[in-house]
Amino acid sequence: MNKPSFVYVTYIRSTPEKVWDAITDIKISGQYWGGGCHMNVSDWKAGSKWEHQRNDGSGVADIVGTVIESKRPGRLVITWAAPGEAADPEKTSRVVFEIEPHKDDVVRLTVTHSELEPGSEMLRASWFYYPDPTGTYHYVQSTNLLLSPWRVSAGCMTAALIGGEELIAAAHAVFPRSD
Amino acid sequence: MVAYYHSAMDKVFKALADETRRQLLDRLHADNGQTLGQLCEHLAMTRQAVTKHLVLLEEANLVATVRRGREKLHYLNPVPIHEIAERWIGKFERHRLQALGDLKKNLESSDE
Repeated sequence: MNKPSFVYVTYIRSTPEKVWDAITDIKISGQYWGGGCHMNVSDWKAGSKWEHQRNDGSGVADIVGTVIESKRPGRLVITWAAPGEAADPEKTSRVVFEIEPHKDDVVRLTVTHSELEPGSEMLRASWFYYPDPTGTYHYVQSTNLLLSPWRVSAGCMTAALIGGEELIAAAHAVFPRSD
Repeated sequence: MVAYYHSAMDKVFKALADETRRQLLDRLHADNGQTLGQLCEHLAMTRQAVTKHLVLLEEANLVATVRRGREKLHYLNPVPIHEIAERWIGKFERHRLQALGDLKKNLESSDE
């Protein structure tokens, strides 16, 4: 295993089970991930496929992968690739979610993103939404490879990284903080 | 709960209020996932002093560590900084601020 490309740690006022469900539940993940335009779909059993599907009823997946390890509520390991590139290990990265009780009612969530093979463009893991002048948002990889553009609702217009930062920001929206 | 987040934020600002610690974050920003030895290179400081600064950064959740074999790798954890930005920067201000930042970068780099 190569060294992780990024590690994000956040503390969330919640329970490990709720954090796990926020990542894996179709309805809950659909509320926040990708600004509410994507949901994570799988039975989350080791060996199963998972898909980051558009929330618009089209069933189109923009990120796909395999569940490597699944231990609710503490540890989820998945692979992460563009649809069409899932069979190519060089274009597949690996994401580990570690969910641990911290203290009182606070949970520590660690998101670690590693590429499986050196030289992968997924190293930068920068899938993001990119608006063109007409207001159409494209799903773009760091290589500027344009994937099927589609119109999105205003709620999805925040440019955001998928894979860590966005999840964490959004997790705070699901579990609002009191300060 | 509120007190917990306040004290966590205090740690972030205290950790950031030191040029050496900001430099360590800069180094991780430039090259994430470094060992203590790598971070000590080019720093006119003892290993012990660097360790002390890293502990403070880790306690403030600005640095996250990962064990890889016998190595301990240090990562810049931008989550608390993102929380600071979210607290004071409005959602619809981001594009305007980005444009302003790009303008500044553009002008200052052409000065050199």
